[in-house]
Amino acid sequence: MTDQHWKNRDVISIHDFSREDIETVLHEAAGIVPNPDLLRGRVMASLFFEPSTRTQLSFASACERLVGQVIGFSSGEVSSKAKGETLADTIRMVEGYSDVIVVRHPLEGSARLAADTADIPVINAGDGANQHPTQTLLDLFTMEKFSGKIDGLSVGMVGDLRYGRTVHSLATALTRFKRIKLRLISPPTLRMPPSVLRELEGKIEYAEQEELDLTGLDVVYVTRIQKERFPDIEEYEKVKGTYVINAEVAQQLSPTAIILHPLPRVDEIHPEVDALPQAKYFEQAKAGIPVRMALLKLLLLGEDR
Amino acid sequence: MAELKVSKVKRGTVIDHIRAGMAPAVLRILGIDRGFSDVVVVAMNVKSSQLGSKDIVKVENQILDEETLKKISIIAPQATINIVKEFEIVEKRGVSLPKELRGILKCPNRNCITNAAEKVESFFVCKQENPIEFRCHYCEELVEAERAELIL
Ligand SMILES: [Zn+2]
Repeated sequence: MTDQHWKNRDVISIHDFSREDIETVLHEAAGIVPNPDLLRGRVMASLFFEPSTRTQLSFASACERLVGQVIGFSSGEVSSKAKGETLADTIRMVEGYSDVIVVRHPLEGSARLAADTADIPVINAGDGANQHPTQTLLDLFTMEKFSGKIDGLSVGMVGDLRYGRTVHSLATALTRFKRIKLRLISPPTLRMPPSVLRELEGKIEYAEQEELDLTGLDVVYVTRIQKERFPDIEEYEKVKGTYVINAEVAQQLSPTAIILHPLPRVDEIHPEVDALPQAKYFEQAKAGIPVRMALLKLLLLGEDR
Repeated sequence: MAELKVSKVKRGTVIDHIRAGMAPAVLRILGIDRGFSDVVVVAMNVKSSQLGSKDIVKVENQILDEETLKKISIIAPQATINIVKEFEIVEKRGVSLPKELRGILKCPNRNCITNAAEKVESFFVCKQENPIEFRCHYCEELVEAERAELIL
């Protein structure tokens, strides 16, 4: 049964993931090693309708470590779009050339459309401001790896909680776990949207605050505050300076706490923090490889293999 | 206040128990505007024991199809539909909220694939009943039924 559950499945939204699903991926990812036989002869199509070098390379690396082949394009090289071909038609064509499709597209809902169109599994590598489920899974993987568990963690989210898709999805995912405490630290204009807060209701104990107080947190998840979100540049400069993690701020944290960031960072984490034992954001980026390897394996081969 | 008298319909449909203020939206769903020639009677903010106050729409010669009933159920889930023949109600029914809506709601997210050149039919799934809320199958945007824009 579990085999059927994963083989050929799509990975589009964290909303589709139960706790058991998340645990299966994390468990697979923890045990996966490069294997020359696992995906030999399989082809992953990597369709990037907007550029994201980091995500694209991470998927390609994951696939090649299992000796699968990678075909595809990144925007700029896209010809079908210029010719006015619909996404659905592009997917139908690519389906004939590959065993799994990874798609990144600037429009929200594009990945779901791709999944509905294709019979082969589709992985969402980011659909506009909506979802980027493999990012959430690698965030969880990193938390479990360095904190030893996810249940019971006190998680702080810092920065732009309004527009940041990674924090929305991570908050949703955390509702699948037990006794999570969430501290939402942001300027008033960039608070977590009500639709996300409602998902937390009754499942997660959360508190919203402006002050950058990290004491007692097990995990600090930092996001970038973007200039475009502010009509007033002075307001931006003021806010930006308020939510910076430097060595002094990091002193509020216990030695076992971890600092995460979806990267790329700009000024929100000072480089002097990089050398601290709590700085785990580069480890987090690395976690993209085993998590994506695990997903490719699960979708193409199923769970028990 | 004097009891409200609304002329009786000989043959047609009476949509009762529409939440107060929603009658104009019901008219839009029914496609009633300047070119419409049958008799239409609209009563708004009528006292109601169930709803406090309600709207009523009576339309002569109209029998509503399933699609139209679905649309009405989204904005007026308590509505009752009375089919009238020779001044008598011959059939009385409620509307039921559909679990899924295809091609009926417009996604409010402008960056949604259903609003792109792609020509994807909108698809919403009922997420919650009180208040009624739908989620876009594609972009996952949540839409409150009362604020939803209908594709007519
Ligand atoms: Zn949508």
